[in-house]
Amino acid sequence: MQSQTYDAIVVGSGISGGWAAKELTEKGLRVLLLERGKNIEHVKDYVNATKAPWEYPHRGGRTRAMELAYPVLKRDYPLNEKNLDWWASDQESPYTEVKRFDWYRGYHVGGRSLMWGRQSYRWSEFDFEANAKDGVAVDWPLRTADIAPWYDYVERFAGIAGSKERMAQLPDGQFQPAMPLNCGEQLVSDRLAKHFGGGRRIIPGRNANLTRPLPGRSPCQYRNACWLGCPYGAYFSTQSSTLPAAAATGRLTLKPWAIVTEVIYDKDKKRATGVRVLDAMTDQTTDYQARVIFLCASTLNSTWLLLRSATDVWPGGLGSSSGELGHNLMDHHFRCGASGDLEGLDDKYYYGRRPTGFYIPRYRNLFGDKRNYLRGFGYQGGASREGWSRAVAELGVGGAFKDAMAMPGQWTIGATAFAEMLPNHANQVTLDQTKKDKWGLPVLSIDCATGENERLMRVDMQNDMAETLEACGVKNVHTFDSGYFPGMGIHEMGTARMGRDPKTSVLNAHNQVWDAPNVFVTDGSCMVSSACQNPSLTYMALTARAADFAVGELGRNNL
Amino acid sequence: MTTGLIDRREAIRRVSALLGGIALVSESALLAGCRDRSADRGGDAARFSDTDVAFLDEVAETILPETKTPGAKAAKVGAFMALMVTDAYEPADQKIFRDGMQQLDAACRTKHNTAFMAATPEQRLALLEEIDREQKTYMDGRAEGAPAHYFRMMKELTLTGYFTSEIGSTKAMRYVETPGRFDPCLPYSPGETIWAAHA
Repeated sequence: MQSQTYDAIVVGSGISGGWAAKELTEKGLRVLLLERGKNIEHVKDYVNATKAPWEYPHRGGRTRAMELAYPVLKRDYPLNEKNLDWWASDQESPYTEVKRFDWYRGYHVGGRSLMWGRQSYRWSEFDFEANAKDGVAVDWPLRTADIAPWYDYVERFAGIAGSKERMAQLPDGQFQPAMPLNCGEQLVSDRLAKHFGGGRRIIPGRNANLTRPLPGRSPCQYRNACWLGCPYGAYFSTQSSTLPAAAATGRLTLKPWAIVTEVIYDKDKKRATGVRVLDAMTDQTTDYQARVIFLCASTLNSTWLLLRSATDVWPGGLGSSSGELGHNLMDHHFRCGASGDLEGLDDKYYYGRRPTGFYIPRYRNLFGDKRNYLRGFGYQGGASREGWSRAVAELGVGGAFKDAMAMPGQWTIGATAFAEMLPNHANQVTLDQTKKDKWGLPVLSIDCATGENERLMRVDMQNDMAETLEACGVKNVHTFDSGYFPGMGIHEMGTARMGRDPKTSVLNAHNQVWDAPNVFVTDGSCMVSSACQNPSLTYMALTARAADFAVGELGRNNL
Repeated sequence: MTTGLIDRREAIRRVSALLGGIALVSESALLAGCRDRSADRGGDAARFSDTDVAFLDEVAETILPETKTPGAKAAKVGAFMALMVTDAYEPADQKIFRDGMQQLDAACRTKHNTAFMAATPEQRLALLEEIDREQKTYMDGRAEGAPAHYFRMMKELTLTGYFTSEIGSTKAMRYVETPGRFDPCLPYSPGETIWAAHA
């Protein structure tokens, strides 16, 4: 019979959980990695990765049946024919929306590391200092000096393509060669350097796609089909990167279909002793013991688990003594920017499908700029020549029309802002005791909305992009605000924040639950503010840092 | 059916085409529905006979005829249109599409004194050029949320069905499954076709 005692248990196998499993096994611990959903094996289970567009009956589109089955997923792009199996079933995974919150989940080994956007940006000192300087929420308990070595460490392993830009608000990292700007983007980037005092810059997106090989992984082949799984292992995922490293130690046990129903807490020892697992296939319950537990189940799922744990000691759950567990939910608000036509490049084209675009680092409320809102935003966008879909709205039928539409069209360029959302105590998740999921667990209730700061910022998010494009000679510039509801950014953060004081935070500076120091929470739930950069790289760094600390504390018999 | 949202979606598409995080907004996602669908199954309007598919093939072939590259009929666009209307359109749009097939035929009889299927390619083209102008004027001026014109539906489905087909991807455009490299800036000569998408 398999042992049920391990050195460490990691809950969740996405970006954070994969890193926790890798670090803890490589440092000598025997690790049980629990995943609530099915296994997806690297390459072998990427069933659509090499399928041609015409092999899908609806060519990738969505049907009424799909929309009925996925009432949440259908609200935005994730609902599609090509990787539908990698999104959690809305029907099996209900939650309560006090206000609309789009929760797009990946319940399988690898989690959303298989489908993520791969944009990877460091946080700057401005970001870690922001709460303290603005008097918002609580101070981050760390600064860039604490995390920079761990950014270095995770970037080298994950493989981040990027360019060194020497910008204080977007620190450089240990980059592989960047995926370059195309000629349309380069033209606008060059022109932009002459405007706005050089404060706005277009740089290559920094993405977790290889441009140089790493052990067991090949460079990007420029197929731009990442979200189907990469047969070359060219983008960072649990499957391509951290899971093979953890497995190679011989100390990893991966258990799919394992729903953790609670963290088991010993109130005398003031430590967690293990976790209770419900087997999703057999409905059998088993307890697993370990000296250290890492919760990496994704922001809302880790908090959901804490809310259900140690309720005999704290009715609000493990980590609730501060009154902050479940609070301060954040996301990045976006879907707001501008686009236009780029002239003078009709004799230029490109080859290959680059899986990233350009980035405009934040410039608002920095370096003396002062707006009527706090914080700021970056832009992500691209330039390209229009494809055949432009034909839908154009007048024309017949042979000449057909042949013309098979040629590349106008160069266009555009971007959407990705913007910081302030932490707000009122944005919270709780247990809905009136509704249970199919495993009998009370579902999560989400009550979250953007506020005045975000509303004011969205005005700039549109107008700035239009102003930037027009300054660079882009024609027919149109702004857009396609609307935003929390969750759409798929960057859920907060609800178990770090801090310096157990009275106002759930976790300390090493991601330890104040009330249970052998429980570490290292996914997005630990975030104290959201900054405007895509957060996954920071989860990787925080997880590796916390794992190093945890192993040290084990050695010092402190856990 | 989302024809009413195309202008806005087009703006988003341009932006999102190169974004990792929202790269799934592919060209074919223009077909994605936005309105809530209350019914899970279409009525009679959702059923297409072989005769209907043959009719749609000829409409599609008139929109995208064989030139130096194969046309829409060779790419089986009629069957694709029928499948998408059946599986993806909401019932109200199915009815618009279905009624539109009759309106198109009736317009052909009025203009050319012949059924569409019996008309010559020249007659069909003249008819559809007229209807295309009609739909363009209507679609450009319609209120937000007003029903789409049936011919905009047919045209969008024809373009999508053709340019995502194997023939459209590999014969009308250039399809490279695994480019292997990224060249950010290459000379372009008139006549060179689009690089087709993979996923």
